[in-house]
Amino acid sequence: MATIDTLSPEPEAHDDHGHDHDHPPWLAHHFDTPEQQFDSGKLGIWLFLVTEILFFSGMFCAYAMFRMLRPEIFEGSSQFLDTKLGAINTGVLLFSSLTMAWAVRCSQTGEHKKLVVMIASTLSCAMVFLGVKTIEYSHKWGMGLLFPGAYFYDENNPHPTTEQLVSQHGFSENTAYFLTHSIYFLCAPFLLLLVGVVIWAIIAKVKKNDFQFAVAKPLVVVCLSFFGGVGLGMILTGSEEHAEGSHVAAAHHDAGEHDHAGAGEATESIAATYTEPTTFNPASDDAAVELLAESDLNTGAKAMLLAQEKQAELASGRVVAPGEDVDMGIERIERGVETKRQAGVFFGIYYCMTGVHAIHILGGIGVLVWLLVRAIRHDFNRQYFGPVDYVGLYWHLVDLIWIYLFPLLYLIR
Amino acid sequence: MATHGHSDDGTDFAHPLPVWLLLTVFFALVFLTIITVAQSNLNLGSYDIAVVMLIATMKAALVGAFFMHLAYDKPFNVIVFLSSFVFVALFVIITLSDSKLTSPSFEPKFDEPATGELER
Repeated sequence: MATIDTLSPEPEAHDDHGHDHDHPPWLAHHFDTPEQQFDSGKLGIWLFLVTEILFFSGMFCAYAMFRMLRPEIFEGSSQFLDTKLGAINTGVLLFSSLTMAWAVRCSQTGEHKKLVVMIASTLSCAMVFLGVKTIEYSHKWGMGLLFPGAYFYDENNPHPTTEQLVSQHGFSENTAYFLTHSIYFLCAPFLLLLVGVVIWAIIAKVKKNDFQFAVAKPLVVVCLSFFGGVGLGMILTGSEEHAEGSHVAAAHHDAGEHDHAGAGEATESIAATYTEPTTFNPASDDAAVELLAESDLNTGAKAMLLAQEKQAELASGRVVAPGEDVDMGIERIERGVETKRQAGVFFGIYYCMTGVHAIHILGGIGVLVWLLVRAIRHDFNRQYFGPVDYVGLYWHLVDLIWIYLFPLLYLIR
Repeated sequence: MATHGHSDDGTDFAHPLPVWLLLTVFFALVFLTIITVAQSNLNLGSYDIAVVMLIATMKAALVGAFFMHLAYDKPFNVIVFLSSFVFVALFVIITLSDSKLTSPSFEPKFDEPATGELER
């Protein structure tokens, strides 16, 4: 504390220093006072946060646009997002925001031990968040709830095996293996990290490097909390998984029977109307209409078939000329509006927004680890707490974005 | 205010927030989260999105004012931060009104499953 007190915060005191070395190491040469240094940094981080908001606004704009154009797709697709997991993640992020704000307070009051604890808890919460996210992502990837182009969700068989993905959906074997086992791929980097940190802690302990051990110790807890998050996600989805399990078994049974009958299309056609299974059965209806139309006497069915053909033509062209007289076909297609490509658009937006948010969490983890090291080094004091405050502001912004993402993505009816 | 550097009370320009305030804000945020989740089970019709956004904005305001320290910050920082939302609003409103006019041309009414259904 002695070094701090030698420097008076008053600017006029600085004029007496004729030389360079009469200021504490944490005050840069080009600043007159600690306050000036702090305020400059603070304006800088605010400007950075402004660019972050503008950056995210692009994705929010895409969201608003597609929701405006196809509100029913957002309602239907949102049912696949687990509100429980989203709510838990919201709570975890809010708590991490609390510990971060508390950490800023500790750095200002010079409570070094508590500062380390607060930063470590913030880091742990970030890891729990990512752990829960891992469960969410891997669950959806296995079900084929993906961006347009890769989307393959099938109501009859929501959890296809690797072989089914290759044979029915045309994925390469490696991709199919990744999609069905994505949880292991997502956990692997964190497992490696955990092993690395544990080895580092042991080496530091053996070598009696107290500082390194003091850093590695909280980091082991931080890495472990990722798997805590994974476990939490599993428990929360577990109860539903059981119910779904029986449903899946039934679906497998059905699918098997269909294959024997040689009518695999039934499973394909249902993918188009997965949220509201209608009683309408396109396969059998079409066949019946076609049969009837073969008789020249049945003009009604003939007209129906013609209309359907016309509709197919138009649908492939994706343009409907105004005033076309094919209303019957259009009505039917309107019912199946939640198509693969359009549901894929929702999930494309979902992955884009939550994924970029998760990347920001990863970035936040990086700077928080840097803060942790500095906090253990006792770098911060009541006149130099800028870095903690700046990282705190960034962390709160990430929380702020999640505050909007959660209701917009998870809570659509 | 946190901005004056001449105080003699030993805190300098730092303005540590009291712990009770931090905890109050946290519990208020958790309470609002529970409210949002609960309201999603009610049917509020077209007011749904407005209610959700209102609650989210209340939460954002709490985080901004206290956790992000804006209530005690220099007014200039507040202006810089809030001005970004003006530009976001411009961006979103102009883009949405544009896509409303041109939407049929880039978001086709009918696509793949329609052709799949009618192929046979």
